[in-house]
Amino acid sequence: MNLHELQVVAAEANAKANAQKRCVRVCMAASCQSSGAGGVLKGLKSLASSDADHDVCVKGVGCMGLCSAGPLVRVSSADDTPDRLYQHVQEKDAKELFASVDDGPVERLACSTDLPFFTRQKRIVLENSGEIDPEQIDDYIAAGGYEPLVRAVTEMAPYDVLRNVTESGLRGRGGGGYPAGLKWTTVARSPEPDKYVICNADEGDPGAFMDRAVLESDPHRVLEGMALAAYAVGAQYGYIYIRAEYPLAVERLEKAIKQATKRGLLGHHICDTPFSFEVEIRLGAGAFVCGEETALIASIEGQRGQPNPRPPYPADEGLWGCPTLINNVETLANIPAIMREGGEWFRSIGTESSAGTKVFALAGRITHTGLIEVPMGITLREIIEEIGGGIPEGRKFKAVQTGGPSGGCLPEEHLDMPVDYDTLRSAGSIMGSGGMIVMDETSSMVEVARYFMEFCMTESCGKCVPCRAGTAQMYELLDKIATSTGTPADLQLLEQLCEVVQACSLCGLGQTAPNPVLSTLRYFRHEYGEKLRPDPLLQPVAAERNGK
Amino acid sequence: MGYLRLKQPVALPPPDDDKRWKIIDVTMRRNGYSGHALIETLHKVQDCFGFLDDVALRYVARSLRLPLSKVYGVATFYHLFTLKPQGEHTCVICTGTACYIKGANDLVDGVHERYHAKPGQTTGDHKLSVLSARCLGACGLAPAAVVDGKMLGKQAADALLAEIEKAIE
Repeated sequence: MNLHELQVVAAEANAKANAQKRCVRVCMAASCQSSGAGGVLKGLKSLASSDADHDVCVKGVGCMGLCSAGPLVRVSSADDTPDRLYQHVQEKDAKELFASVDDGPVERLACSTDLPFFTRQKRIVLENSGEIDPEQIDDYIAAGGYEPLVRAVTEMAPYDVLRNVTESGLRGRGGGGYPAGLKWTTVARSPEPDKYVICNADEGDPGAFMDRAVLESDPHRVLEGMALAAYAVGAQYGYIYIRAEYPLAVERLEKAIKQATKRGLLGHHICDTPFSFEVEIRLGAGAFVCGEETALIASIEGQRGQPNPRPPYPADEGLWGCPTLINNVETLANIPAIMREGGEWFRSIGTESSAGTKVFALAGRITHTGLIEVPMGITLREIIEEIGGGIPEGRKFKAVQTGGPSGGCLPEEHLDMPVDYDTLRSAGSIMGSGGMIVMDETSSMVEVARYFMEFCMTESCGKCVPCRAGTAQMYELLDKIATSTGTPADLQLLEQLCEVVQACSLCGLGQTAPNPVLSTLRYFRHEYGEKLRPDPLLQPVAAERNGK
Repeated sequence: MGYLRLKQPVALPPPDDDKRWKIIDVTMRRNGYSGHALIETLHKVQDCFGFLDDVALRYVARSLRLPLSKVYGVATFYHLFTLKPQGEHTCVICTGTACYIKGANDLVDGVHERYHAKPGQTTGDHKLSVLSARCLGACGLAPAAVVDGKMLGKQAADALLAEIEKAIE
């Protein structure tokens, strides 16, 4: 397929969409599906097919964002009235909604699209999500997809792609924030003939579902990002390492790979050029540590997912000893937009040090839970109070947790802080992959710290002692404190242990495991203090004295 | 050492005449019986048989020419693989952060009280396996649970118990 053919496909698909202006879109992402979107879509489709002259297009699309109000349905009418969004739609409402295409809105189910939740977002990674049918490659092509790839392989040198990505200032969205351009350049410079591109979709961080949503809503975008990366660094093979817990995402990816290969946009001789790129899916098996680069590589090689010391970095010696580029789903999903609009454009969004946007999964004690994409530099207060709609049931905000088990909890006084990699780190948390859990006054911070420590303890792979033994000891100490049997000496020991585990662990899991404890100690120390009981060694003496 | 291998690796005779071994064999053949297909193969075995027993582990180890210790190591390392047969019905309770904040522990306690099985355990009559998941990615619907593959969002302990009751009957 060449550029002209691609444009013809896009034009045909667009012409079809324009002729069928009246359209009903049903969110078919996992969250809405589990509240019954499948039945709604089926009902609407059978109505559309039995009503031939109506000519209304009904399609299942990706995540619309506001997961707590699901299943969501968006109706576009023939005239120029703005689209209408409906929430909590059930199967029995299908008929009414179908009629509303011509008859006017159904007020009973209406969901306002003027909410800050929708208006305050800036969508780059999610630009097609909720718009296109993720199972149709033509939908993606009609939205301008695959054009950057075809242009790159036919008109540009790999170096130009690299330059664009470097210029964009894109940083790894998996949590580390390593500049993508730098990583790509390292792999590109290597003279080895065999190179690999790996897409890290092992989103193990509890409370985060951005990657799942991107893969379910717009799988072709990730494939295109991977192919562009492969072209830039000179790789021929790619792997997507995805959690087996995401069956829907796996299914859609498999379908997408098949469609793209059939169109000649993946596989041998893409666009009749010498460039070939094949993608395979590898399923994870439920190990959080496999999100770490070297452990992920070990897992693809069929071994236990245990990390290896770096250097050598995967960019020099990765999968089967070959230079390997590993990027997270969201990082790769940014690439097509960067290639389309240029690196300069991307850099102009966000802040000086952190360019672009970030997708967050907003959850916990907050009114609007769901998926949002905001420009870097927005404040936490804007995200929580405006976009998220604040804390429900009139409770008081207590803390926001970012970065999952590797991140930290930030209190009220840090809410006006801009969200970017460096500011979050200086406050004792991290950007992480994008999970954002809001807690109100009912949550005990000691218990939250214990929860994360239990997570790290069970997920520790057991290779290095500081992490294997340290997390278990820290969990015991936290458990003691949380059940009000800890002493001040326990707290002191806990703090010392945090330092040791942080400094001595082999990989990111251990190095960051103390973060939730350290950050809660920094901002909520009084909660620990309230739970402590006096040192038992001192107690008898005091009692004796009192007796005398 | 691949160049020393004169013959193409061949399929070993399956341990018994269960047809499901054929499916597993196809997976291994597609990957050229190479050792790095171990996790893929174990996924397939678990899909077909529901769990990984001794016979299956030995068969996979011999077919892929891997030491049994390595196969056992991988099978026990990953949480998704189970070496014990599961109950007729399963209930997975999400214990991700969002669900934890919204009271996943109440669900775990409720199920434990009624069925005397904690996450990872199966009831004595093999009717129900209780499992916990690290995050189902349904944080917008927290607390979430999955009963026999059906996702249930915004659960309370009573509602979940009612669903399990329904599934078992």
